[in-house]
Amino acid sequence: MAARLRTGLIIVVLLAAAPGMAIAASGRIYVTNEKSSTITVLNGKSYKVVRSFKTCKRPRGVHFSKDRKQFYVGCADDNVIAVYETATAKLVKRIRGIQEPETFDLAPDGKTLYVSNEEDATVSFVDIETGKVIKSVELGEEPEGVQVTADGSTVYVASEAANLVHVIDTASAEIKADILVGTRPRRFALTPDEKELWVSAELAGQVDIIDTRTNKTTGDIVFKPTGFRRNEVTPVDLLMTADGKTAFVALGRANHVAVVDVASRKVTDYILVGKRPWGLALSRDEETLFVANGLSDDVSIIDVASHRVLKSVAVGRVPYGFLIDD
Amino acid sequence: MRVAVVPLLVAIVMAFPLAGAPSFSAAAETQPLLIGYLEFTDDPRYDEKRAYARIRVRPHNRPRPGAEMAIRESHVLGRALKMKFSLERGEAKTAAGLISMIERMVAAGVRYFLIDADAAMITALGAATMGWDLLLFNISEPADALRGAECRAQVMHVIPSHAMMTDALAQFLVTKKWRKVLVLKGPAGEDAAFAAAFEVSARRFGVRIIASRDFVLGNDPREREKNNVALMTAEGNYDVVFVADTEGEFGRYVPYQTYRPRPIIGTEGLIAKAWHWSWERHGAPQLNQRFEKLAKRRMTGTDWAAWAAVKAVVEAAVRTKSADFKIVRTYLRGDQLTLDAYKGNPVSFRPWDNQLRQPILLGTHNAIIERAPLEGFLHPSENMDTLGYERGDNKCRLGQ
Repeated sequence: MAARLRTGLIIVVLLAAAPGMAIAASGRIYVTNEKSSTITVLNGKSYKVVRSFKTCKRPRGVHFSKDRKQFYVGCADDNVIAVYETATAKLVKRIRGIQEPETFDLAPDGKTLYVSNEEDATVSFVDIETGKVIKSVELGEEPEGVQVTADGSTVYVASEAANLVHVIDTASAEIKADILVGTRPRRFALTPDEKELWVSAELAGQVDIIDTRTNKTTGDIVFKPTGFRRNEVTPVDLLMTADGKTAFVALGRANHVAVVDVASRKVTDYILVGKRPWGLALSRDEETLFVANGLSDDVSIIDVASHRVLKSVAVGRVPYGFLIDD
Repeated sequence: MRVAVVPLLVAIVMAFPLAGAPSFSAAAETQPLLIGYLEFTDDPRYDEKRAYARIRVRPHNRPRPGAEMAIRESHVLGRALKMKFSLERGEAKTAAGLISMIERMVAAGVRYFLIDADAAMITALGAATMGWDLLLFNISEPADALRGAECRAQVMHVIPSHAMMTDALAQFLVTKKWRKVLVLKGPAGEDAAFAAAFEVSARRFGVRIIASRDFVLGNDPREREKNNVALMTAEGNYDVVFVADTEGEFGRYVPYQTYRPRPIIGTEGLIAKAWHWSWERHGAPQLNQRFEKLAKRRMTGTDWAAWAAVKAVVEAAVRTKSADFKIVRTYLRGDQLTLDAYKGNPVSFRPWDNQLRQPILLGTHNAIIERAPLEGFLHPSENMDTLGYERGDNKCRLGQ
């Protein structure tokens, strides 16, 4: 309670100093913990745990609203997407009846969420304002990663069990292409020019690269961290820097994060983190990388320039995703 | 395969006499890949009457929903790749009946068969179909002999063998440093086979069997050293009791009845499993939920094996993009197969005995305690091969 009051005060002060500016950003880092159904809040500078609060059951994907004043949390076991106010972390509303949401992406206009529904093998287009599912597209089993293009015309969804990447036209809600990729595709990264879509294939132990014009795979990246065999490398989350030069890939059971030079598709470094790293996030200035370690219930915080782990912070059980309010 | 194409095209021409060439080729593209699903009707393993007072000691459900689920999962994949997969069921009471059924289905173009039958029946089917262009998938019989002296080039084993399961248990004992084991084994042939597998595992991993005692069911005081758990477990210093009771009627009274306070493993207590409903990693909750929705019951090891067998065929057909049996078979049996088994490692078939290499789950009735291979059990090329027979270790000679 004391902590909450204090945070509230700080925000009031900040708002008074510069009304209407994005300065309200608290620097805090929110971590969803899939198994303890909590969200852990870290201080953005000291990385200490500020507090932890209960959210809906099995929270996984987390995403800002367009204006970053709110954020959305997908809770699979409650069939809910919870909406929180960023400044206070107070629950604003619950969008109910979304079947087992896992991850999602936001349309560029900020009005629609594209949600992968793990159990009933669909992607649903959710109108945030009304909380209604506008459209639903049938996909392969266990849809997971969702990626919208910058113009909002296309959404890519990976089906883990079908080994497919679905290319969906958002206007018509029709599947334009199904691309067969490596075993157990999980997450995406688009190059800034959107010419290449990278998708992690967890059990194939690689990242497949798709040419977005032809919708065909044009290559892959294989990871060989020292001391691990191919089948111990299980990449899940991946992301790219804004300049599109560097990619980071969480290697799952290989306990490392790979650093990849995007142009040459070469791995330049492996950073040792906690057990089974899967969720990744970059700070806005791209100086810090946050890694959720699913099997050691902690978060590794990496200095991007030196590839050094600055700190490991214990969070809730099975941390999944991040939201950085910076 | 050609045999099947002709009637299909004829049927289409008859149904749409005005349709031109385009619909012709479209139909050919989506020609279904049929997978046979054959059950031995009188399979003694599913005899429900064997438990006293009709108590079902173990869930003896047929694994068919597993295969059906895999077919269902293939629909979207099939839509994307213009392929179609479906199951063709059959059952018979005798080996001759099943063989003639296979013959008929082969003539109609079926090349892949899931077989839900006991060891004797699988041996018979394997002998009868030698050299045929087909693959039989054993989805429910763990007998080691099927992977050993009786192995066949065309018989694939998806369910783990006894040896894999007892190796997993032995790894667990070594990890816990519970190295002294008392074995209690039952009168059934399967009990002896399971206990024999454990003896090999014990030697392999350095576990000591301090004594092996045969039990019988009954209350006869003259046989109390064979039917009284406390008496049977009074002598000797052991860390753990290994029970080989595949029927389960004796085994369920072993925990809490031992003379010493010791854990139970084998067919009771901590059990090696191909699958369990409580497994919660590597995507397992999704698979379990899908299964429960479809079958209205929890998923078991044989359900998993039926599911995985269909997935293996679908995966091989999809990756090779081929309807040619020989091409698909080569891929399916080769080391490129990267099948998602929902147990963490991609799985594939061992070339030396056609056994699907896979992690084994060690669990109680409601939790998975460990996943084998356990940490520290290493193999020169593939740690999953620390479970079960290595190349040249068993009597299997596939002859190709």
